[in-house]
Amino acid sequence: MALLSDLINLNLSESTEKIIAEYIWVGGSGMDIRSKAKTLPGPVSDSQKLPKWNYDGSSTGQAPGEDSEVILYPQAIFKDPFRRGNNILVMCDAYTPAGEPIPTNKRHNAAKIFSHPDVVAEEPWYGIEQEYTLLQKDTKWPLGWPLGGYPGPQGPYYCGIGADKAFGRDIVDSHYKACLYAGINISGINGEVMPGQWEFQVGPAVGISAGDELWVARYLLERITEIAGVVLSFDPKPIQGDWNGAGAHTNYSTKSMRKDGGYEVIKKAVEKLKLRHKEHIAAYGEGNERRLTGRHETADINTFSWGVANRGASVRVGRDTEKHGKGYFEDRRPASNMDPYVVTSMIAETTILWKP
Amino acid sequence: MARSALTDLLNLNLSDSTDKIIAEYIWIGGSGMDLRSKARTLPGLVTDPAKLPKWNYDGSSTGQAPGEDSEVILYPQAVFKDPFRRGNNILVMCDTYTPAGEPIPTNKRFNAAKIFSHPDVVAEVPWYGIEQEYTLLQKDVKWPLGWPVGGYPGPQGPYYCGVGADKAFGRDIVDSHYKACLYAGINISGINGEVMPGQWEFQVGPAVGISAGDQVWVARYILERITEIAGVVLSFDPKPIQGDWNGAGAHTNYSTKSMRNDGGIHVIKKAIEKLGLRHKEHIAAYGEGNERRLTGRHETADINTFSWGVANRGASIRVGRDTEKDGKGYFEDRRPASNMDPYVVSSMIAETTILWKP
Repeated sequence: MALLSDLINLNLSESTEKIIAEYIWVGGSGMDIRSKAKTLPGPVSDSQKLPKWNYDGSSTGQAPGEDSEVILYPQAIFKDPFRRGNNILVMCDAYTPAGEPIPTNKRHNAAKIFSHPDVVAEEPWYGIEQEYTLLQKDTKWPLGWPLGGYPGPQGPYYCGIGADKAFGRDIVDSHYKACLYAGINISGINGEVMPGQWEFQVGPAVGISAGDELWVARYLLERITEIAGVVLSFDPKPIQGDWNGAGAHTNYSTKSMRKDGGYEVIKKAVEKLKLRHKEHIAAYGEGNERRLTGRHETADINTFSWGVANRGASVRVGRDTEKHGKGYFEDRRPASNMDPYVVTSMIAETTILWKP
Repeated sequence: MARSALTDLLNLNLSDSTDKIIAEYIWIGGSGMDLRSKARTLPGLVTDPAKLPKWNYDGSSTGQAPGEDSEVILYPQAVFKDPFRRGNNILVMCDTYTPAGEPIPTNKRFNAAKIFSHPDVVAEVPWYGIEQEYTLLQKDVKWPLGWPVGGYPGPQGPYYCGVGADKAFGRDIVDSHYKACLYAGINISGINGEVMPGQWEFQVGPAVGISAGDQVWVARYILERITEIAGVVLSFDPKPIQGDWNGAGAHTNYSTKSMRNDGGIHVIKKAIEKLGLRHKEHIAAYGEGNERRLTGRHETADINTFSWGVANRGASIRVGRDTEKDGKGYFEDRRPASNMDPYVVSSMIAETTILWKP
């Protein structure tokens, strides 16, 4: 047993210049993350200097068997917390051999929006609060819950401690350090209202990098739950009944919102979001109707509302922002299984580019 | 084998790759006994609580604010080293305020800090040594650790400071807590196994003024984080098992400058007199459920009677033989329950003995 971890922890820098690069991409469902590794002759820190690669798209529901090659374009590099040394993780997006983004490639369109001059000028910042639920492996019942039954009602678990209140902290804490090591801008973690549910936050991240960092953070989380023998769920309402759902609240600001007088810019932006409520909701994650009920700190899915410090609204503005007359706001609608490329670029598009 | 990979990540020393640190902000929740915490990344090491940013949390999820106006503000008050994350990472003990800057009702630290900054109290340099007892319970049945499920261990006798697999249950938790507290910078002065099997005690002190409360709360936090790791439930109930089994207290040892100086024994006797006159008020603030514990048996004084004596463990207040012999020293208030709030108890003792005039 000890021998295997000695091998996993071998520091190759002493014996070779070669490094291992783990290429990561989003699979055919839009939520399944895939990865495979290749050896490179030496350390690389610029994603544009990495070679393109390809994979069998017919095995991920992204290409037919007779023409199965999907091309991987490296887009962002992070340090690999599992292999450490000079080894890297590479976030990629997926293209046909002809160079067209495949249908499940949401990054391509997001990158277009984020490179529009008006959007670039506004320097959009994102802070994404990713909630998730840990499940016992063979039963898919939440971690720490008695099989065939339920824990005591919600109340003690939010930011709670203790063996009867916090389930899976090892996973959460090792993820925190792994993300910091990798270079992901993880800003915090907390235990959530439903037992076995946790949250981490990524940000502030500018433009397209919010999506890259969140996807790689999700990848690290699922690699860590794999080690722990626990199943990771991004379902927005994993347990029916008086149990909170899981969201991905997206905090957002532009240069204009962060400057003096920004509160007026925020109010105008929130008005525009209200006018496009249905379009946003349609893109904010599958199954969100099970979560956005108007109860459990959500706003009803059919109604757009906003308020200061109001956790029952679609959009929440913090008291500090109201007090200083500038800052940011929180879109509380996205589900935990949202695609951050879609949500971040759509918020930028609606608030900066779209004219009602 | 896979768990060692998880341990490698948990033990990553980030100082090699970044200046960033993780700060775990700790506060007391709506019941007055539930500890809560969440973590945030800071750009670099900070050791002065006044230089740490205020934060906020969802008070509607802890019974401390309504959903339509849920933000409760955290004010950092004391910093300790984080024994779980190590490196430059920190624990931050906070208290809680409305956005308008008012302490919320469950914030007992605010009033204690006022008392401890009164010039007369400052001049007396009040020292506290708090003996925190607690019981360890098996996780799914909430029966004491080491007790047979559906039954009882042999009667009390062999367990106080005992050793052996049939007498000491959970020492790993106690010993790791001891080192963790020392690492964190908490002034933990000792530990011992208690009279009831599965019950233990640690002592914090001497601590001056408000810092006694800060250190006891963070010591409690570290203890519950450790029992969480061990898969054991922590109880501060003052009488966890009915019958011929000891309860759990938080005896509070106390002295002022005058008591520690020559002739201090007279100051001590006057102070005890004042405590006797305010017995009911103190008892009301010394922990919920204390009437199940203060029965006059099991080394307690009856809850309705105030008494004191030298070396008397059946009295409300005990003065040590050394103090009597030296004519100066400290005394022990044995009334507080294990679930007392140290901010309340420490400040109330100071207020009654230093500020209050009968």
